[in-house]
This record gives sequence, C-alpha cells and structure tokens, in this order.
Amino acid sequence: MDIHEYQSKELLSRFGIPIPRGGLAYSPEQAAYRAREIGGERWVVKAQVHSGGRGKAGGVALCHTENEVYETADKLFGARLVTEQTGGTGKVVYRVYIEGAVSIAKELYLGLVLDRTAERIMVVASQSGGMEINEISRTRPDSIIRSVIEPAVGMPVFQAREIAFQLGVPLALINETVEVISGCYQAFEQLDATMVEINPLVVTEEGSLFALDAKMTFDDNALFRRPDVAELRDKSQEDPRETRAADRGLSYVGLDGTIGCIVNGGGLAMATMDMIKLSGGSAANFLDIGGGASPERMAKAFRLVVSDQNVAAVLINVFAGINRCDWVAEGLVQAIRRDPVGVPIVVRLAGAYVDEGRRIISQSGLPIIHASTLAEAATRVVKAAQSANVANDVSRLIKP
Amino acid sequence: MSVLVDRNTTVLVQGITGRNGSFHAQKMIAYGTNVVAGVTPGRGGSRVCGVPVFNTVKEAVHNTGATASVILVPPPFAADAIMEAADAAMKLCVAITDGIPAQDMIRVKRYMRRYRAEDSMRLLGPNCAGIISPGKAMLGIMPAEIYTAGGVGLIGRSGTLSYEATAQMQTLGVGLSSSVGIGGDQIIGSSFVDILKLFNEDKDTRLVLMVSEIGGLQESQAAEFIRHGFDKPVVAYVAGASAPKGRTMGHAGAIISAFGESADEKVELLREAGVTVVCDPSEIGATVAAVMNS
Repeated sequence: MDIHEYQSKELLSRFGIPIPRGGLAYSPEQAAYRAREIGGERWVVKAQVHSGGRGKAGGVALCHTENEVYETADKLFGARLVTEQTGGTGKVVYRVYIEGAVSIAKELYLGLVLDRTAERIMVVASQSGGMEINEISRTRPDSIIRSVIEPAVGMPVFQAREIAFQLGVPLALINETVEVISGCYQAFEQLDATMVEINPLVVTEEGSLFALDAKMTFDDNALFRRPDVAELRDKSQEDPRETRAADRGLSYVGLDGTIGCIVNGGGLAMATMDMIKLSGGSAANFLDIGGGASPERMAKAFRLVVSDQNVAAVLINVFAGINRCDWVAEGLVQAIRRDPVGVPIVVRLAGAYVDEGRRIISQSGLPIIHASTLAEAATRVVKAAQSANVANDVSRLIKP
Repeated sequence: MSVLVDRNTTVLVQGITGRNGSFHAQKMIAYGTNVVAGVTPGRGGSRVCGVPVFNTVKEAVHNTGATASVILVPPPFAADAIMEAADAAMKLCVAITDGIPAQDMIRVKRYMRRYRAEDSMRLLGPNCAGIISPGKAMLGIMPAEIYTAGGVGLIGRSGTLSYEATAQMQTLGVGLSSSVGIGGDQIIGSSFVDILKLFNEDKDTRLVLMVSEIGGLQESQAAEFIRHGFDKPVVAYVAGASAPKGRTMGHAGAIISAFGESADEKVELLREAGVTVVCDPSEIGATVAAVMNS
C-alpha cells in the first residue's frame, strides 16, 4: 500500500526524522492560510498524489508570496498530474501540502528496502540525492552505499555511523544523521513497511538536516496488525477497478487489451496472458480469484471483469486444487442469469470437481464456449474477441 | 525413489482443527499419506480425521514420532507455527499458508539459522501447494488425480501453473518422481538450487522441469548451478513474458532489480546454461516428453 508524502513525513517525524514546517490544505484559501501559519518568505507548494516525479510534471512549485501560494494551489486542485509513473491517465490532485522552503547546501539519498536475496532489510544510500535512484545507479553506480541489517539485533549504532560518514555529512551533523538512519529503520520495522525513501535528505546552508521528500510503502499482508497505517489509504489515488476488487477481497490488474481474464493463482494468470498474446490477442485485465472461492465470490469476480468497457470477450481459466470447479461454474451461471452480458465467454475448467463444473455449465443452456486445454481456450477467446469487435464495428457503421 | 517424502514419512498437520486444516488432512490421508498427528494449541486431547490432536508440536513428536509438518495455519500465526516446527526438530516443514507478512518471514529465516546445518529443518513455501511423490505421499493441497509416478522431478513457484504442466504431461503418459512447490512469496524456505541438488541425487529422477516466473534472482542462481555440476536434462518455463513491468515496485526497489529478473533475461540465462526453455505454456508437456525420449 502507498501513502502520501505528508503522511510519510508525519509517520517518520514520530521516529525523530526532522522535517520542515508544513501543513496540509484541501482548498486554495487553506493553502494561503497554511503559508501564513508557517511563516517565512518562501514556501513550496506540493501536489499530493501517489507517484514520484511530481516536480518534473509540474506538481511542485516555489512561491514567494501568500497570493502566489493561493494561485498555485488553485491551479493544482482538481488537476490531473501525469508523471513518468502514473501512466497516461495521471492522478487527480485533491490535497496540497505547503512547506517552508529551506536553502539547500547538499542533497543526499537515503532508502530502505526489503532485499529478497539477503532476506533482510537493506539500507541504500548515496551522496547524489535529488535524482531518481535508478538514475543514480545508472550515472553514479560507485556512489551507492549498501548495508544489510541483521534482523536478530536490529541496527547497531556503528552501522548507521558508517553510513553517515560515507555520506560525507559535516562532522557536526553526524549524530543527527545516525538518528535519521536509525529512525528510518525503526519506522520500517515497527510499521511493517516494504520501503522507506528520503530523497533528498538535505543539509541546509544554515547547517541543519531535513527530510525534504519522503515516501513509504507498506506490506499489504501486515495491514491487519497496523490499523493506524491501514487508515492512511487514499482510494482516490487507486485505479477504481482495482479498488473495487480489493474491497471484495479479489486481486485485479487492469491492462490495455480486449480480453477479460479470470484465473486462479498468479503463475497461471501470467501463463494465460502469455498464451493469449501468442494466440494474437491481448488481455484487458486479469483477476485472480485466489483459493477456496465460493460461488458468490466467483459471481462478484465475473461482474467486475465484464464491467470494464474494453472487454470484448471473457476467458475463465481455473485449475482447481484448493478451489472447486462446480463452485466456479455455479457462480458464473448465477452472475450471467442475474445480469446477462453481451460478450462471448470461454470457460476452461480443470482439477477438483471438474465433471460437476462442466455439467452445471452445459445444463445451464447459456451460450458459454467450452475449452478443454489452455491452448484451445486462448485460441477460442481471441477468435471470439475479434469477431465481437467486428460485430461492434459493423453495428456502429449501420447505425446512422 | 523420490525426494523429501515417501510412504514412510510420518506427518503432522499444524492447524488441523481449522476448516482448511481438517479438509486437506482428510485428503492427504485418503491419498495414503501417513498422517499421525495434528496440532492446535488448546485442542490437545481431541481427535480429528482419526488422528490425535496435541497442544504443541514437541508433544506431538514425542508421542507419535512425526518428522514432517504441514502448516495450514492462518497468516497471522503461521510464522510462529513454522518456528515451533523448527524447534521441535522436524526434518521437513511444508508451509501452505498464503499472506504471511514479509518481516515475519525474515524472522523465521533468521531463527532457523540457530541450528547446525545437519539438524536444520527443510522449509518449503510459504504460499505453495506443497509436495507430492505420486503413489507414495502428498503433503499439500494439490488435485491428486493429475499425478502419476514417473521420471520427471518438478520444481514450481506457482501451484496452479504446476498443475497445468503436470496435466499436460499426464495426457502424454509422462509421470513424476516428486513435485515440489517452493512458493510464490518474496522470502521462501527453499530455492530452485536447493531442490535441484536433491533431484540430482535421486536415482528415479531423469529430468527436471522448472516452473518459474518473473521477479527475483533465483533463476539466475539456478542457471549458474546447472552450468556447473547438474547432470540431468532440465526443461523450464518462465511465466510473465507479457506481464507489465512492476507498477507497484517502489523506487528504492529499482536498485536491487539487477540483471536476470525479467522473463527475457531469465530465458537467456537458462538457455546459456543448457536448459531447454519452453516459450508456449501449452507446449510444456510435449517439450518434456520430447526431451525425455531424445
């Protein structure tokens, strides 16, 4: 799960990370008021969307008067910010963060990630802050400091001190840098994060240390025990299709093609997408029903997949082990009876209770196309999607 | 022969009194697996699926001599259950549970290092379908009817995709020595390399099929291992060639996504190591059969 910059800063400040004075605004009036509250002569107005690269996309601006803060915020509210990471549709700005500007002497990079090879938390740092980490690793790979944390004892002070010295901060700021690095580790560990990133961590001309930008992501599997983190979720920043699926306990990925896919298990889902591509089609989405899916769950999954306007045909490919083919079939038949759909449906069932599942589908009398293998399923659904597209085009042509 | 489990393996099920636990324990017993005990804290003294239930794993081991454990415990308690199995000196632990927090698994892996290598428990999973040696024992949740005994050793990161490959092989009369699920999570108990070593020693395994996918560096490590000292033919399928690049992948994560994580790079590394890589997922069975007969 992702959260906003201002939320990350609020969480990190509880772990002793110094952040500039700032305040959140939901309107231009509030933004100007926040600037007055913060004081000083320069403010940074920052669009709060779940994405990096906001500066380049015009989501961050330096302002010199309260009026300028008002004007900038006014332009940002309701705007769709398209960054390198959001994709073409971008993300809408509903919240703006106002922060007192600081004079930067030095920009550093500090990140903590879950390193799956070491099976531990790893600190990644560099003296070349301010740019994206992949850019740092491309242009200055030798500047990258890596340090893996031993989980049994946590992070000893010397380890944070080594990193602080390697970062080359002024001697007077070494202890404070150590506290920032240790604080980030505490936050990562105690809040079940999967990433903490401060970029840049700056040394100001006055000789203080500040986290100028902050980003945190969290382990979805651990949200059950982190209710205060879970409530920071902002659904306005998610793909609405993915949100609806997540609210129903389903895992959904939206894509750009024309075939809606319902599959069980991530590996089989990827193989099904590969197969569709090899057969000349492309997936509009795929939905993983997971294990032990009830007929109700299957019906919900089906309605969600066909609600996508781009779907010209649906493929259901379930190889049941912990699932039951008869429940999948029952859910599908239920969903279609309640809400008939205009697109062709191809079903391939295998594994547990497959005969019962196939019987339910054939006895339903619904126009469902049967397939017995993965290859057959992909060929049939691609063909069905193509003819459905042609039919749509023809009907559009005939209509005045 | 087979790897890790056979008819003599004595099995206990952690979480046996739960809905999933009892359902799958029943199926394992029906398959002929030698399930001797169950463990659910607070339910000791009762009987489920015809076997005695104990409060702790040590108690179960003491009374029944179980050597392998299947974890069918809900995610919040699963990491603790795995550590309990390790401390009771189980030889093998098969963690089926999906959704264990990553930091819990960091702790589990660290905890398991307190034992000497020769006493250390072999962990499969979490988030895997389990292990089956056809005709001998099943410690998992797979549909048993698609498995026949034969000469292929299967190692899979994905349960359902392994079923797909197995069913394709069965249609062509190709069976398995053992099918080992290693799990789809970021932090797992055993890697491709760990299981390749076991199959290398197994006389009945003539060929190994790797059912793999994008993400992580396991395949590049496997390629390295196969190149230096794996004697049997290997066939592999890497799922996700058409998958979009990780959109949820965090920034700092980019730094550790080294060469070898995408499907194309994995295919390249495996091919260089002499592995027969299948690109069409509907041709996995046919390719295995062709390599077996060549």
